[in-house]
Amino acid sequence: MALLIESVVKVIVVFGIFMGCVAYMTLLERKVLGRVQVRFGPNRVGPFGLWQPIADGIKAFFKEDLIPANADKPIFILAPMITVASALCLIAVIPFGDKITLFGHTIYLRITDLDVGILYLFAFASIGEYGVVLGGWASGNKYGVIGAMRAAAQMISYELALSLSVIGVIMISGSLSLSVIVEKQAHMWNVVYQPFAFIFYMVCALAEINRTPFDMPEAEAELACGYNIEYSSMKFALFFMGEYAHLVVVCAVATTLFLGGWQGPFLPGVLWFLIKTFVLVFFCIWERGTFPRLRYDQIMHFGWKILLPLTLANVVVTAIVMAL
Amino acid sequence: MAETRYMTVNMGPQHPATHGVLRLLLELDGEYIVKTTPIIGHLHRGVEKLAEERTYHQFIPFTDRLDYTAGMNNNMAYVMAVEKLLGIEVPKRAQYIRVVLAELQRIAAHLIWLGTHALDIGAMTVLFYTFRERETVINILEHVSGARLTPSYMRIGGLAADVPENFETLVMDFVEKFPEYIDGYETLLTENPIWLQRTKGVGILSKEDALSFGVTGPVLRGSGVKWDIRRKFPYSSYEDFDFEIPVGTVGDVYDRYKVRLEEMRQSNRIIKQAITNMPSGDVIADDPKISLPPKENVYKDIDALIRHFKIASSGFEVPEGEVFFSAENPKGELGFYVVSDGSNMPFRIKIRNPSYFNLAALPKMIEGCLIADVVTVIGSIDIVLGEIDK
Repeated sequence: MALLIESVVKVIVVFGIFMGCVAYMTLLERKVLGRVQVRFGPNRVGPFGLWQPIADGIKAFFKEDLIPANADKPIFILAPMITVASALCLIAVIPFGDKITLFGHTIYLRITDLDVGILYLFAFASIGEYGVVLGGWASGNKYGVIGAMRAAAQMISYELALSLSVIGVIMISGSLSLSVIVEKQAHMWNVVYQPFAFIFYMVCALAEINRTPFDMPEAEAELACGYNIEYSSMKFALFFMGEYAHLVVVCAVATTLFLGGWQGPFLPGVLWFLIKTFVLVFFCIWERGTFPRLRYDQIMHFGWKILLPLTLANVVVTAIVMAL
Repeated sequence: MAETRYMTVNMGPQHPATHGVLRLLLELDGEYIVKTTPIIGHLHRGVEKLAEERTYHQFIPFTDRLDYTAGMNNNMAYVMAVEKLLGIEVPKRAQYIRVVLAELQRIAAHLIWLGTHALDIGAMTVLFYTFRERETVINILEHVSGARLTPSYMRIGGLAADVPENFETLVMDFVEKFPEYIDGYETLLTENPIWLQRTKGVGILSKEDALSFGVTGPVLRGSGVKWDIRRKFPYSSYEDFDFEIPVGTVGDVYDRYKVRLEEMRQSNRIIKQAITNMPSGDVIADDPKISLPPKENVYKDIDALIRHFKIASSGFEVPEGEVFFSAENPKGELGFYVVSDGSNMPFRIKIRNPSYFNLAALPKMIEGCLIADVVTVIGSIDIVLGEIDK
């Protein structure tokens, strides 16, 4: 019983904080991009625009929800839910702190500790792509279809390289469990042993979550938003939330796998975890303000002909070094 | 077996990257372009016809609205065409001020181009930087003419009024700082590997094609043809200034990008020279039949009052004849073909609009490219639909 209550409380707290982070990610992105682009970003709603995400949420709720006449209605409705739900599921296996003792009861700061945490992550991350692909396909719009096709091709290609880039970490840690991986980094972060893997991971992750310079499926200049072109109201907001949730998770996973997770001196573990994740998230926003967008064929070329061999080579080199 | 068909996609007129109301009918084989048909006319206002119902001066505001990013240049090309027909000499000071304003406007137009072009390729930050500098230029133009976008500042025979007192300091302040800003844009784009991948070898227009399509301006120069009206047929004292004509080699998007960036630097040089050597004197030709008398005389002097009334109400008669005059606009060669039947209104005005010819080369350039290249190439030919549709 106590375990059940503990789990429920943890899920609610983590979910709440996570959703809060996701909502404020939009504000952070707009603020940081604004500063990069010699403007202020939102600053009208509340102090420093702090109520902007709430205002946006309310607005999205009250917008008219349009479903195109030639859309595949059930799939059209389902698609954004898939995206957001799969992104939310990902946070379940990420350890965001060490154990704490409360009223003589030891609580581990993670929702669950799966033995195959990494597999779980990749599995659910892949389900998220279905949302994008189905959403674009079901909206009955040619731009949407092109966006969906791009999404399918791009994500499948980059998932390979993404998985290969973390193999090195798994080999070093000898475990698929994220908590074990974090504990193994008590003395030295994995990024020191696997610097290239970290870079590959970040690049693949950007492609995986469709961010600049890999924001092909939605490329607003050419496809006028791509897969979500026909979405409005809360459905559109769900896609958006899914995207930002995915971004936060991808950075949290990078923290866990490469930057020692919650490990760090002086400050409490949770804080370290948040700081590291924030730095990575900030990087993702910053690069969005700087880079142009790659072209579809160039992305595929880069994924298959450059990233894949490099990540494979990284695995081989890691194996050789470990065998010696 | 099912029949294989190409996918037809309608791009525009409501599309973020077609720069106004251009509509493209694309036939796609997957992501590759098989055929492109530009469809124009959504912004047609019948400017050429409207000109036939107006006196020569009344047509000036219409020219502002052709290529609405370059109002000063349009004014200039039109008034100089009429001046050529009238055979009047414009005072040196007016010529120099015209050059300064035209080159400032060229910089402003190229800044819009750079920002939107980069935005089309996904680098959104450049847009805000270029608009920051453009704001300075537009403020100067507003200070001079009273309007930001549609100045209508030039008059047949000269200018509407002399420039304000601090004009030269304002312009010099901008001119001193501007090259650094261009270097700033270059650090973001010129050597960025993604930018190079997106622009090099894309949308190639060979020298022969460029000539046969009749493209002009930076698009022609990007293809390696050293052709600039300012140098070939100098007008408004352009022969007094020292400037280079940048040309490309391959004729791809990157070459056109480099050409326009260099043009901004050269415009900057021209402005600097013009301001430094600015002559003094009148800003409008002293021809009682054409130019308005000074305002203070209108209040005191009956002759001036009559003259003012005559020119303001019915304009002036232009001798029978026809003339073609073209000027180097930011987009290319803007020409006015004016036919006069001896009355106070043009019998016919034909506008040779550079964007129209540049757009004609678009299907050739994007044949076999990807969808993403369509917006890249549209950005690189820098069209304005206000001018194409007239």
